[in-house]
Amino acid sequence: MTQESPPFTGMPAALGALVLERIRLAGHFALFLGAGFFHIFSWPLQARKILQQIYFIGAKSLLVICLTGLFTGMVLGLQGYYTLIKFGSEGYLGSAVALTLIRELGPVLTAIMVTARAGSAMTAEIGILRISEQIDALKTMNIQPIRFLFSPRLAAAIISIPLLASFFNVVGIIGGYLTGSKLLGINPGVYFARVESSILLSDVTGGLLKSLVFAVVVASVCCYQGYYTHRRKGSFGSKSVGLSTTSAVVQSSVLILITDYILTSFLL
Amino acid sequence: METPLIRLVNVHKNFGSNAVLRGVSLDIAEGKTTAIIGKSGEGKSVLLKHIIGLMQPSQGEILYREKPILKMDRKETRAFRSRMSYMFQGCALFDSMTIFDNIALPLVEGTRLSPAAIRKKVLLRLEQLDLGDVGRLYPSQISGGMMKRVAMARALVTDPEVVLFDEPTTGLDPIRKNAVHAMIADYQRQFGFTALVVSHEIPDIFHIAQNIIMLDEGLIVFSGVSEEIQACQIPEVRRFIRGENHLKSID
Repeated sequence: MTQESPPFTGMPAALGALVLERIRLAGHFALFLGAGFFHIFSWPLQARKILQQIYFIGAKSLLVICLTGLFTGMVLGLQGYYTLIKFGSEGYLGSAVALTLIRELGPVLTAIMVTARAGSAMTAEIGILRISEQIDALKTMNIQPIRFLFSPRLAAAIISIPLLASFFNVVGIIGGYLTGSKLLGINPGVYFARVESSILLSDVTGGLLKSLVFAVVVASVCCYQGYYTHRRKGSFGSKSVGLSTTSAVVQSSVLILITDYILTSFLL
Repeated sequence: METPLIRLVNVHKNFGSNAVLRGVSLDIAEGKTTAIIGKSGEGKSVLLKHIIGLMQPSQGEILYREKPILKMDRKETRAFRSRMSYMFQGCALFDSMTIFDNIALPLVEGTRLSPAAIRKKVLLRLEQLDLGDVGRLYPSQISGGMMKRVAMARALVTDPEVVLFDEPTTGLDPIRKNAVHAMIADYQRQFGFTALVVSHEIPDIFHIAQNIIMLDEGLIVFSGVSEEIQACQIPEVRRFIRGENHLKSID
């Protein structure tokens, strides 16, 4: 009996294997995320742990978010002014700054900054728990590791990131006012009147929706990378934690930008 | 014949092409201390991790009171895990939690005891294991010997039926080592749990274990009571308990 040759060999076979592996990973990630959501509401509620994570992800990120928001608003004020003045429309600076921040830059930059500050720490912390057998220890103590480690962080990110994005927007609008009005001489009344008249409720809800989705992306990608740090091919121990942290930041940032495009195209 | 508490039937474990367990079958008697001995890298810790469910066999079955642990439903698995406890070789203490919180963790997360009852139990374990006032310290602030005792306190705080000790005395000085062995023996007698101890401490371990199992190249080469192993004529067993392999390699 002759052995049947495989239908594909070489590059097509390698490509097929890669696609199958990616689909398997996506399924694995979806199960991880689903378990994380489920355990946010599983009894007994972990209110204290969620509050601790809100403090870490939210309160401790506030300063960096305010600084980023302030300078982003100031740059938008400068760039916007010199663009709008060419058309004699510098009075619309308030609208330009506020809409750009609320619709796009606020949610995106907040999520990226939280990834850099808190997301990387989540990956490193959970990764170290993994390589030092502390996650195995949780299992032996009959404690669900996903419930114990991931769910409080996911819940805290969902609560904190939209609030941080709102802070970012407010501080950014003030930054635009500082450069536009204080530095370049636009009437403050005109600036804030344009801010008020141009922002619709749908802009705010759209921005908040984006922040919610980005929160899920940041928490799930960063925790997933840390939780499965031991499965990285070709690296072990502290090296795998370092690589997982890098992957978490890169993947979160790229996914934030991709989901931003997708959400924007639905929201517009 | 008495039904064993835990039974392993033809358990194989492969990591890729590396076969670590190659058909291990053994019975663990209830209420006794069983020691697993063997050279480093022979799969002793892997065997313990299979029993507690951290690893799954590539082939074969593990039964707890004649029930396959892989076929247990979620409720049965929870009940099974709540009766087991595991002391890790590297202690696996949570370095961002105090010693008190480390010991209290299985009670806080796994039981509905009141904070006062949890505090009472933890303080009792701290006292029993001669840990004094270290409750407020973090694992990095105490010695290796103390960390072992903290890990033991955490393993015993839930009053488990079965305790798996993975090299509990590695890295301890002779006095602490004897103290840990004495504690395992005393607590085993006092609480009546089933102890399974992976150890390299020959012949000390023979004094606290009623049953000895020796693993060699993924297979059980000896299984019997402590008195028998010293008179055993199996070459692998003789070489191991006399440390001859080690001496030959030095020559």
